[in-house]
Amino acid sequence: MEPKLEKVAEVWEKETAVVEGVDISGPWNRMFGQRVIWDYTPELIEKIAQLPGGESFAWCYQCGKCVPVCPVDVVGDYGPRKLYRRAQSGIDLLDSPDLWLCTTCANCLRVCPKQVDMVQIMPAAREHAMLSGRTIPAELQQALEYTAKYGNPLGQPARKREAWVKDAGVPVPILHQIQRPVEWLWWVECYPSYHPRGIDASIALARIFHALGLDFAILGREEKCAGDSQRLAGERGLFEMLAEENIRTLSKYEFAHIVVTDPHALNAFRKHYPKLGGHYDVWHYTTLLARELPRLQPLLTRSLPYRVTFHDPCYLGRHNGEYDAPRRLIQAIPGIEFVEMLRCRENSYCCGGGGGGMWLDSFAAGHQRRRLSEERVLEAVATGADTLVVCCPYEVSRFEDAAKSTGVDDRLRVRDIAELLAEAMGSSGEAAA
Amino acid sequence: MTIVVVLEQVPDVVEELSLAPLGTDLARDAVSYVLNEYDDHALEEALLLAEGSGDDVVAVGIDTTGELDQVLYTALAKGAKRAIKLAGDFEGTWVGTRAAARLLVPIIRELSPRLVLTGVQAPDDLDGQLAPTLAALLDWPHASVVIGTELADGAVRARKELWGGLTMHLELALPAVLGIQAARQTPRYVPVGRVRQVMREATIETREVEMVADGSPRVERLRLPEETAQAEFLSGSPADIADRLIELLRARGLL
Repeated sequence: MEPKLEKVAEVWEKETAVVEGVDISGPWNRMFGQRVIWDYTPELIEKIAQLPGGESFAWCYQCGKCVPVCPVDVVGDYGPRKLYRRAQSGIDLLDSPDLWLCTTCANCLRVCPKQVDMVQIMPAAREHAMLSGRTIPAELQQALEYTAKYGNPLGQPARKREAWVKDAGVPVPILHQIQRPVEWLWWVECYPSYHPRGIDASIALARIFHALGLDFAILGREEKCAGDSQRLAGERGLFEMLAEENIRTLSKYEFAHIVVTDPHALNAFRKHYPKLGGHYDVWHYTTLLARELPRLQPLLTRSLPYRVTFHDPCYLGRHNGEYDAPRRLIQAIPGIEFVEMLRCRENSYCCGGGGGGMWLDSFAAGHQRRRLSEERVLEAVATGADTLVVCCPYEVSRFEDAAKSTGVDDRLRVRDIAELLAEAMGSSGEAAA
Repeated sequence: MTIVVVLEQVPDVVEELSLAPLGTDLARDAVSYVLNEYDDHALEEALLLAEGSGDDVVAVGIDTTGELDQVLYTALAKGAKRAIKLAGDFEGTWVGTRAAARLLVPIIRELSPRLVLTGVQAPDDLDGQLAPTLAALLDWPHASVVIGTELADGAVRARKELWGGLTMHLELALPAVLGIQAARQTPRYVPVGRVRQVMREATIETREVEMVADGSPRVERLRLPEETAQAEFLSGSPADIADRLIELLRARGLL
């Protein structure tokens, strides 16, 4: 739109102004009659704000607190306030690469005085972009198609979802085989079922559960992706389809609680499955293991001489408030020296995988100085740590790749907490083999 | 005006395939089906053409799997105007390409489109005979291995891929049949919510058809590919590996 600057009708200016004895005369005492400001276009802000979930986009008053805490701005040029300003100046978010760069990490929401909520706005805008037939980044499209077809974003056959179990070295009961009630239904999720490094953590966790004598079982091939990241990437219909199928499957079995490997599944079960009729008592595995520490501690017999730092997953920390359990577990391991990174806990950095970022890696990298995961491994190295500990299945592969691409893989290993605990129990993969 | 696109479901090779006890067919109960990849490109190209010309895209398929609805609903969600399913007693039969073409001709004549698009080939039509057979039966011009189309002045211009990076530009009088190798752009994404909305609101038209005798070859026996151990993993330093590679290539007369 052409800027239309209306001519000011009236100007008042005091020749001299004295306030409490101080002469503050000058042009700042000039006052203008009211006028409508036409130097920006409110339409593109309205376009987002009128979408269900997009309302708070219009509440921004541009204080800018969100920008320095935005992990994407650290490696690029981003942040809610910038998106608002760009919309003002005629850039349509729906057609901009900006639409796909937010990881919904929620650090902006933590500091926003106006509750501008990108965790709601982004899925709404992305869904609208998809429904209006706009092209979406190819990597994301493939992950969404795979999820719809196979129930996982990796494009792996559903039947192979339980294949890792045979390498666990301990019994991992599968509900469709045992046909009995269990106390804990372990929701393994996609990457821990299929990705080689995810499977390492699943095997470690199975051994820990077994050693603790937990009464647990998995769904195996009947489990489908919980779907939270697909929802945040804009695919609400796909999320609803997965949730309905998962709720139907879960209704066949008796269990007291769900324990999840993946914080994104935790988020889905806690906040979004109830809206579709699925009500469960859901725990992240770090929370469960921290509760079991009195029984777990005596099993941690091996001293691990590592200097470790910990990356808070956005969907465990900021989104679901769990910061202490992972730290208590790490510090329970004998021999470990624990150091924090500068950005930790509530202000933790983001690995870049959330909100669909897991499937936008090359796309996002094309709009950033370096990947978020690369920024984070460099922060980890800066603490002098030799091990970066994680507890979200997206992170092991993301950070291992980032360590390689930044050339710090000779100094930094990436381990899931479950892997470290299993190693301290003397039942890590190598030990059992 | 109308553009017909022919869609076929094929076994999904992501899942391991196994043979039925008689050895003449796959164990169908364990097979899941996907849209033939090339048909997905044919649909995309049809939609792109229609967006430019205002034609209606009509998706047509023979329901040999009992699951074709999913494919047709997706086509409607992507922008096809109508979807027509040819249903019949196909259980336990293999509908060969020539039989498929004969089943499709009456509905194509009825729709009298100015263009018919099919995928260039399918796992059960590796020699890409569907488009040329349809064209022969309809007595319409035909081009296959098409990688781009344009409608202009009562004709269709097609880019056809040849060998060695060569491309041929053709102009065909309408109506015509094209076998599509690749659409101009990646087949579009359609959100699941849109497909589910279409499933509630749209209707798939069903036509009952009879299997035709066509002289297609009869399957006597299927075999799974035999695994052979021919892979050799090279290890050592990059220089060692490079030396060994050169040695191997020389030994095969490739260098």
